[in-house]
Amino acid sequence: MERQAWALVDGPAMAPSHASMQTRGSDVIVVGGGLVGAAIAHGLRGEGLDTVLLDEGDIAFRASRGNFGLVWVQSKGFGAPWYQRWTRGSAGEWPGLAADLAARTGIDTALQQPGGVHLCLSEQEFEDRGRRMAQMQVEAGNFGLEYRMIRRDELAEMLPGLGPSVVGASWSPYDGHASPLALLQALHRAFTEAGGAYVPNAKVTGGTAAPNDFRVETAAGTFAAPRIVLAAGLGNADLAPVFGLNTPVRPQRGQILVTERARTVLPMPCTTIRQTGEGTIMLGDSMEEVGFDTRQSPPVMAQVAQRAALSFPWIAELNIVRAWSALRVMAPDGLPIYDQSERFPGAFTANCHSGVTLAGAHARLLAPMIARGVLDPVLDPFSAKRFDVPRAA
Amino acid sequence: MFRARPEVRPATVEVFVEGSPVLVPEGATAAAAVLLAGLPAIRETPVTGSPRLPLCQMGVCFDCLAEIDGIPNRQACMVTVAPGMRIARQHGAREALR
Repeated sequence: MERQAWALVDGPAMAPSHASMQTRGSDVIVVGGGLVGAAIAHGLRGEGLDTVLLDEGDIAFRASRGNFGLVWVQSKGFGAPWYQRWTRGSAGEWPGLAADLAARTGIDTALQQPGGVHLCLSEQEFEDRGRRMAQMQVEAGNFGLEYRMIRRDELAEMLPGLGPSVVGASWSPYDGHASPLALLQALHRAFTEAGGAYVPNAKVTGGTAAPNDFRVETAAGTFAAPRIVLAAGLGNADLAPVFGLNTPVRPQRGQILVTERARTVLPMPCTTIRQTGEGTIMLGDSMEEVGFDTRQSPPVMAQVAQRAALSFPWIAELNIVRAWSALRVMAPDGLPIYDQSERFPGAFTANCHSGVTLAGAHARLLAPMIARGVLDPVLDPFSAKRFDVPRAA
Repeated sequence: MFRARPEVRPATVEVFVEGSPVLVPEGATAAAAVLLAGLPAIRETPVTGSPRLPLCQMGVCFDCLAEIDGIPNRQACMVTVAPGMRIARQHGAREALR
């Protein structure tokens, strides 16, 4: 049987015969303790699997700590209706996930799904958005896509203090938001209280891979299981090839500004502006291709603030109390990647830039598939094989 | 509980804390005026309503948030008094849209 030993650059290679005496065995190892890994680990534990969750530590890029917090559906899957369906499925699973987490941990993930709007600040933006939504509705076919293009006058009745620059918006009933940090904490607590093993400071540095037989080395010990799930965010790019998987993810920087707390004004989230359950208003959604540079840049922060103040002029009166940047985990086409290794069955991978939105699907749809050992055909279009197709000349 | 040190400049600037006149030295902060006024609290926190008074006096802790001259959520310890300044309690989260 094929068996491959490997090491990442900063770790020692382990020969297959050199198995540590203190290997911790389990049913499944999840690599990555962010929102994707924690949601899957929570789901796997719920399926009754002895699950080990390996987390790198505070040196990791931690996209889950910088997330904007939308549970967002309306614009997902242009030209890829399977992504729209998967995303909407996840939004549909969210209330159950939130209730389950609240019951198990007492943590309120602040989920609200009142529908959401994408504001358009020019006629051109409004027309482009309208075309895009109409096309997505066509692509959705019998599955349907409910949305409306709403003009300024009607929108002003929905959103207090709407700025004069806003010409309209697209609205869908599926959208919402939640607290990413509360979600992450709740997933971790639910997982560990259900008997899951969370191991921090456990960056994977090497190991062996064989079909349904995996062993990984970390600073926190050696772990072995017949199944492994790679959910290490940007770390997956290096990790995946040694498991016969391909996850060509790259970092895409986003910057977020947060205002002081204010009494509730906004009844629903917008794509780039949302008021949290505790009153702060988050502004964000910039996209920059700057590699692994996690610094902030004042020109982009100014753009974010200016656009927010055009959308809602009263936001300009609020103090900004925090700001940060984080790196999205982005595939070449922006869609998630889900795969099971053909070379080493039992090795799975999950990658996306929507750890909050897709948490419902990861915990309650994807984890049961992994527990069964087979990804459903609905996930076939998300295989990284889509990147292997030669481009037409 | 709080008393200005005896060697400071004379209290010559009149400000109003929750409507009551308070005399403070020139160059003092609004937070100093709050403490001299002897209020039990200058703000209540937005989420739990916990009462707070100025603590760090150096712009870090945000426990001195007050409505100063009509502007909500100002850090009183970072604001120098001016004659006639009106310093009022910050009741929980501010109104964003007034």
